Amino acid sequence: MAPMTSPFASETFTLDGKPTPFAPGQTVLEAALAAGHYIPHLCWHPEMGNHGSCRLCVVEANGRIHASCALPAQPGLQVVSKSETLTRVRRTLLEMLFAEGNHFCPGCEKSGDCLLQALAYAHGMTASHFDPFYPQRRIDASHPDLWLDPNRCILCGLCVRASLAEGKEALVIGGRGIASRLLATSPSGLLGDTALAATDRAARICPVGALNFKEVGFASPIGKRRFDHRPPEAMSDKERYT
Amino acid sequence: MTATAPTTTPPRKIRIATASLAGCFGCHMSFADIDTRLLALSEWVTFDRSPLTDWKTVGECDIALIEGGVCNAENVEVLRAFRRAARILVAVGACAINGGLPAQRNHHRVEALLTHVFETDRHLAPGSRVPNDPELPLLLEHVHPIHEIVRVDYYLPGCPPTAEVIWTFLMDLLAGREPHFPYPMLRYD
Ligand code: SF4
Ligand code: SF4
Ligand code: FES
Repeated sequence: MAPMTSPFASETFTLDGKPTPFAPGQTVLEAALAAGHYIPHLCWHPEMGNHGSCRLCVVEANGRIHASCALPAQPGLQVVSKSETLTRVRRTLLEMLFAEGNHFCPGCEKSGDCLLQALAYAHGMTASHFDPFYPQRRIDASHPDLWLDPNRCILCGLCVRASLAEGKEALVIGGRGIASRLLATSPSGLLGDTALAATDRAARICPVGALNFKEVGFASPIGKRRFDHRPPEAMSDKERYT
Repeated sequence: MTATAPTTTPPRKIRIATASLAGCFGCHMSFADIDTRLLALSEWVTFDRSPLTDWKTVGECDIALIEGGVCNAENVEVLRAFRRAARILVAVGACAINGGLPAQRNHHRVEALLTHVFETDRHLAPGSRVPNDPELPLLLEHVHPIHEIVRVDYYLPGCPPTAEVIWTFLMDLLAGREPHFPYPMLRYD
């Protein structure tokens, strides 16, 4: 995609040795992406902004590691987004996400169409080296058009933010620590008892195989799925984001 | 090569053992998908215990290719024997790597599953019971990836890994290279 530099970009910072323009108020991640410089990320989204949960967007600046989705761009800031350390840290984060959930890609209808999986491929992850958690959360299929597998949810909060932005407030992340999970806000705790609709932005924003439409799985042939041949880095915004 | 070249002892053939634990044999089939290259491979390697040979116990070998997770007591015993015998032990396929689709049984109590299939299924003959002969290995409470039982040297992802991945991996090992898989070769599905 042609790099889209904000018309308000005035100052520059240095990203992997290259001067990168930014508009006041932009984060390093926003400015980098606007300039066509990819930094791995899962929970940032062009419409929903940052969340700060996935940590994949880490970069080196000011002598330490920061989440670039929360790091304000500053004139002259020296940022490194590609290094051996960062690749290793990101691969570890991906292995943690895989170990925490039940990511059995062979039986997942989002395989080839999943940002988590594509990022793991792009980081050369052959396996998660951690012991699996094997969580036991139940599927919520109470909604007529949608279903939720919470054992695949990476708690990116995108569905929560989308539902909030469109005034439905159907979803929330509750619990603490490893018990944290996506919940329906209805008194019954069921998705079917919220105002969530299949036409909602929230219904199709999930970057993984957690919040899905019913009865549409396995429609794309292998070889023609979104991430089959190209890593997220090589994609336009339109293809990369759900 | 000239006829006068000094003859040295021919290099010892690489020894490969293979096993299927809680696997479906699909990873072995994908191995067989290297097709006529199997003939070339047979020039360079010798097979120890494998579902494709008749060896009943595993002997000292260079490479052990293991498909399948660990779901019963016999799997544990076999896996440990392969680990003792092999210099390089490889987790092949999704099952060996993270339990795979069989690990979806970890959502259920193993007693409930056995009872469901062997006692309460309505198509069973009256009086059917869960098999209790000591000849049969007991199921473990959960399915496990092999790295939870023994140390693993390499992982070949995929369900199954493509023949290209298996071939590339073996050629790298045989040549003494560190195996490497580019983006299009990595598949977990
Ligand atoms: S269901 Fe999907 S969009 Fe919602 S928090 Fe989980 S991973 Fe993110
Ligand atoms: S990884 Fe897939 S092909 Fe290999 S044994 Fe398991 S189910 Fe079969
Ligand atoms: S994009 Fe920065 S933490 Fe997820």
